Amino acid sequence: MKEATLRVFRGDSSGGQTVDYRVPVAPGMVVLDALHYIQGYLAPDLAVRWNCKAGKCGSCSAEVNGRPRLTCKTRMDDLPQDQPITVLPMKSFPRIKDLVTDVSWNYRVNRKIPPFEPRKRVEWKISQLDVDRVQEFRKCIECFLCQNVCHVLREHDKKEQFAGPRFFVRVAGLEMHPLDGLNRAGLLKDQLGLGYCNITKCCTEVCPEEIHITDNAIIPLKERVVDEFYDPLTMLFRKIRGG
Amino acid sequence: MTANYETREHDVLIIGAGGAGLRAAIEALAQGASVGVVCKSLLGKAHTVMAEGGIAAAMANVDAADSWKTHFRDTMRGGKFLNNWRMAQLHAQESPDRVRELEQWGALFDRTESGDILQRAFGGHTFKRLCHVGDRTGLEMIRTLQDRGVQQGIDVYMECTVTRLLMDGGRVAGAFAYWRENGRFIVFKAKSIVIATGGIGKAWRVTSNSWEYTGDGMALAYEAGAELMDMEFVQFHPTGMVWPPGVQGILVTEAVRGEGGILRNKVGERFMEKYDPKRMELSTRDVVARSIYTEVKEGRGTEHGGAYLDISHKPAEYVKKKLPSMYHQFKELADVDITKGPMEVGPTCHYMMGGIRVDAETAQSTVPGLFAAGEAAAGLHGANRLGGNSLSDLLVFGRRAGLAAAQHAKRSSTPSIDNAQIEQAEKELLAPFSNSGSESPYAVHRDLQEVMQNLVGIFRTDEDLKKALAELVKLKSRAAKVSVEGSRLFNPGWHLSFDLKAMLTVSEAVTYSALARTESRGAHSRIDHPSVDSAWEKKRNVIVRESGGMSRREVPIKPMPKELQEILDEDKV
Repeated sequence: MKEATLRVFRGDSSGGQTVDYRVPVAPGMVVLDALHYIQGYLAPDLAVRWNCKAGKCGSCSAEVNGRPRLTCKTRMDDLPQDQPITVLPMKSFPRIKDLVTDVSWNYRVNRKIPPFEPRKRVEWKISQLDVDRVQEFRKCIECFLCQNVCHVLREHDKKEQFAGPRFFVRVAGLEMHPLDGLNRAGLLKDQLGLGYCNITKCCTEVCPEEIHITDNAIIPLKERVVDEFYDPLTMLFRKIRGG
Repeated sequence: MTANYETREHDVLIIGAGGAGLRAAIEALAQGASVGVVCKSLLGKAHTVMAEGGIAAAMANVDAADSWKTHFRDTMRGGKFLNNWRMAQLHAQESPDRVRELEQWGALFDRTESGDILQRAFGGHTFKRLCHVGDRTGLEMIRTLQDRGVQQGIDVYMECTVTRLLMDGGRVAGAFAYWRENGRFIVFKAKSIVIATGGIGKAWRVTSNSWEYTGDGMALAYEAGAELMDMEFVQFHPTGMVWPPGVQGILVTEAVRGEGGILRNKVGERFMEKYDPKRMELSTRDVVARSIYTEVKEGRGTEHGGAYLDISHKPAEYVKKKLPSMYHQFKELADVDITKGPMEVGPTCHYMMGGIRVDAETAQSTVPGLFAAGEAAAGLHGANRLGGNSLSDLLVFGRRAGLAAAQHAKRSSTPSIDNAQIEQAEKELLAPFSNSGSESPYAVHRDLQEVMQNLVGIFRTDEDLKKALAELVKLKSRAAKVSVEGSRLFNPGWHLSFDLKAMLTVSEAVTYSALARTESRGAHSRIDHPSVDSAWEKKRNVIVRESGGMSRREVPIKPMPKELQEILDEDKV
């Protein structure tokens, strides 16, 4: 049987190093299979998060050969086999152990967002067109890969000021829900720090659900904040002056 | 010795954060109880997230003739009349309200032309009944419940595993758990406990279940003296992926067949014509799983030992819209474009009909203060579950369990927990660190999966089941000796050593019950007893712990009231 080398980070919050493991490669195998092989035969204490192994739960995020991916959807035969495959934990979150990071910050951010609240005396009739628009946002599996690559979080660590792409997707799903009656523009501007995003689209590139995070969620939300808080005439004046 | 654990106190403690656990939490909170939810994974990753096809509820949005009575009848027929009829009645009556409630909390379902919730056809359901969102209904449901629960104020203990229920005399008093992240201990005090831990699929090699589904909730309840029932009824979903090897067992939603998918063998025959000409691909899961298994066994299987499931006769855009995650799953994991050609599928261990024996109205087990809901509880589905009835089960009985648990807590005084139980739990949990020898929990798990797969699978015999029991004895003694390396910091090998014990307990209960039931009914098929035995329609297997070990009893089923019997008698097929 063919073999591959996995170069996996082993360590905890105090530090660590990569360790090489030789793993047999079966047809169609994914990186998560290889990590399970390591656990089962070579390093039983290797810490890995996973659940569904079918790309639906978003638990097994890691950086494979430098690219943030779901390990359950990363095929071994898509990676060059003549050199070690590096598997590192997501960089933007504190390390717990091996490939497991502390993602609890995301859950704290989520608590700031007021949930769906139907408009008063609403009639529960919705057109499929409206459902389709919002479903794009609701298919997010919370793998946090977008959070991991966003430079506002990854390089600048603005976790106190900035909610990150995942939560703009969530707010977009609520704001564009056809029957929702709340307005979250103030929250976006003041507490979730939407203004920090300068639309580099890194989040969109890594999204395993192919959500158009920047174009369909963030930009419309930015427009909403602008409409709400900045007088359009003043904005126009500034634009003409080139400010 | 000073306490080496932290302590938390709640009126109601819920173990498990899938659909049933979260719905229970929301209800208990609405009753004014303080609620803690403990889950082994991160919040929102429970198996509910994997549910694809939809929620069964007789809303009659698409087929106006549908009603709770038809849903009740379909559920009882699907379960081969072994269902707890009162649960089947409550479930059919209440599920439409539970779906509407989800919508009011922000869930968005696919719509009909007139703007109502769209419903699709599914196996064993007379009418189009499954409320759905493409093929990712479970994700929509769990996000909705999770956000609702968190905003209402539940305390969630993520990545925390309960290893023992703590008792005050005959009633529950709390739970002993450890944090997966750092291995530290935590003791919960609670007046009521709801078990919503899901199923046991991880005891089989080919399964759609994730690492969490090790039967620990059932084992906890059993250890605490609760009764388990119908444990022989394990559902093998007819369509799991069979190729490539790494994805074997991953679920292919029944919605593929609901949307018109056709099953064929390698010579191109639409073989369901032989097994159920009336319902064809939309026959019940037990029948379709056995049919595929039989085709393969008799040499008409596909290259990788399955059947072909084809939806490519439908327009590509339609397939991508109604089955988006199936489209991606096959494209990315198996290099198959399902809009152009067939999938290869075969049976996969999917769901546990049996579980903790509960009262239909309150979801209370036979232990005071201990409740159970969802897959961990038994009764609703009888000998075979219909697709779509699981998500509705979670909502209907999750709510009932939460309600009854909160009411029980209001009536109860604060229980007391003696230290001896806690010390015992600590000692048990830490044993793998001091065991000498080289037995690996992974090796024991692999061997258990082979035993259950090969000897306690879709078709069973007296000989195989007895062999399995003998093997389980050996595995239990090996499991007691497993040793682990490394520290208590996020150590999966150590975590597995506990889960393994739970899997062995439920595996033994399944095997005992399967051996006793000398007939074939629903998901339980005995080659040596191939027909239905009417004597077994009036009783069920109950498993309980006694001083000498596991003991089995046969308990009579209460006769159905006349008005329900009449519903079943109408429209005899």
